[in-house]
Amino acid sequence: MEQSVLAAFAWFWNLFGWWDALWALVKPVWPVIWIIIKIVAILVPLLLGVAYMTYWERKIIGWMQGRIGPNRVGLWGLLQPFADGIKLFVKEILLPTKADPWLFLLAPVLAIAPALAVWSVVPFFEGGALANLDAGVLYVLAITSVGVYGVIIAGWASNSKYPFLGAMRSAAQMVSYEISMGLALVCVLMVSNSLNLSDIVRAQDHGMFRDWGVKFMSWNWLPLFPMFLVYFISGIAETNRAPFDVVEGESEIVAGHMVEYSGMAFAMFFLAEYANMIFVAAMVSIFFLGGWLSPVSFLPDGILWFFAKMTIFLFTFLWLRATFPRYRYDQIMRLGWKVFVPVCLVWIPLTGIWMMSPFNIWK
Amino acid sequence: MDLNSFAFYVLATVMIVAALRVITARNPAHAVLFLVLAFFNAGGLWLLLQAEFLAIALIMVYVGAVMVLFLFVVMMLDIDIKRLRRGFWSNMPLAATLGLLLLAEMALVLSTDYFGATAFPDYVQPADYSNTKELGRLLFTDYVYPFELASIILLVAIIVAVVLTLRHRSDVKRLDPAAQIAVKHTDRLRIIQMPAEKEAD
Repeated sequence: MEQSVLAAFAWFWNLFGWWDALWALVKPVWPVIWIIIKIVAILVPLLLGVAYMTYWERKIIGWMQGRIGPNRVGLWGLLQPFADGIKLFVKEILLPTKADPWLFLLAPVLAIAPALAVWSVVPFFEGGALANLDAGVLYVLAITSVGVYGVIIAGWASNSKYPFLGAMRSAAQMVSYEISMGLALVCVLMVSNSLNLSDIVRAQDHGMFRDWGVKFMSWNWLPLFPMFLVYFISGIAETNRAPFDVVEGESEIVAGHMVEYSGMAFAMFFLAEYANMIFVAAMVSIFFLGGWLSPVSFLPDGILWFFAKMTIFLFTFLWLRATFPRYRYDQIMRLGWKVFVPVCLVWIPLTGIWMMSPFNIWK
Repeated sequence: MDLNSFAFYVLATVMIVAALRVITARNPAHAVLFLVLAFFNAGGLWLLLQAEFLAIALIMVYVGAVMVLFLFVVMMLDIDIKRLRRGFWSNMPLAATLGLLLLAEMALVLSTDYFGATAFPDYVQPADYSNTKELGRLLFTDYVYPFELASIILLVAIIVAVVLTLRHRSDVKRLDPAAQIAVKHTDRLRIIQMPAEKEAD
């Protein structure tokens, strides 16, 4: 890939005959430039995806509720995200008098930075990760757990009651659901025998069903089905999406931690939430649905399969939001601690016994 | 100065400043956040030592869980800084003695031959060396009994903490989720047939 990008650059600058002079200048810092190119290649589609996710959400929920959804800006309302973006950009960022100014402005940054940084280990296709970390899963767990600070600091620094309630709810909810998420991943690690995300995808490309041509049957979702559900539902709770959106809970605490924010600072929280949604969809696809692998053996593997799987889960996010009423707070805690954690604690030894038995399918 | 030592000095400086701010910050919430910053830099230092598992575990456990709960508690405190500072000078001699004692002990330990710059030979790890795998192997083979013992002690501590703070209140209405789910519409709704108008007498 690096070679073909270089060749394209060389072709372009050779049109003016400047390539050799330019390359002599650029060569010492090329590795840094190459990494920056890769970061841009990940982040620009991600942010576009976030923008169109908001449009898609409003459309889908509109259709589900017998409405049309946004249809004024551009054809079918397709330019709506940009209109919203420009509106948020030009609005003033208000700073409440009693707020802690530094932390108030730091909070949106702390929300968006982990949501973007965590994408560095995602393998989009074979060998297609920015950083092919051997401890990739640990990195994902560590960075996603940092995301909660944005919400907590926002709630505290606003020096206002509703944001504070939102922050308290968020802290309790995130810490609770991280446990079931981590335990669900333990099963995946056991059967893949690796912490590397690419290796976890490759480990799903083995098995009896794969040899029969139905590759999707040998992905982790089937033998680890309860963990698949636990992970996805915990992921919804981690991103504070409906029906677990008590952190924002517009009908209870206005908008939770975001009450006092306006303009771009507010937009940062929004971007972070949607980037996290897309990330959870990507993680479910990688851990349980074989990432870039094709579901049947007569079609080639590739990045399009990865996007298709993510799309299914992103649609499910919106579907759930349009379908279910919000959980009550004690019900959220009960689901996390009394249902998911015990299910995981049973399934981990069960997987261990399965792997040690003669019926082990992961050899 | 190569990149590694540059990174070390940056991380170490930020860490020391953050650690100092933890004890000098007036607002406890700021102090907790500086502690988080210090943890991040400690994680970075461990990464420089190629201990990636410990580095990421530090951030996952301390930053991701422990400090969140810390912040949770500290934010809810209603702190009067004047009242907090009142006992400062009366406690100063004891605190200073303890601090000096700790400093002396650390200096004694760190200045011995076991910790000197020459105590550890430069160890170059093979390219496919996995810190995580090696730690797991050691914990579950050579040190399996101490490891299991430590985990049982932790489990007991968790159960004890729950038992000590558990109060059964009898004056609150409790919900039984199983009963809620098992409810049928006939339990809640009774359809009564009655004439629309009263018959004239």
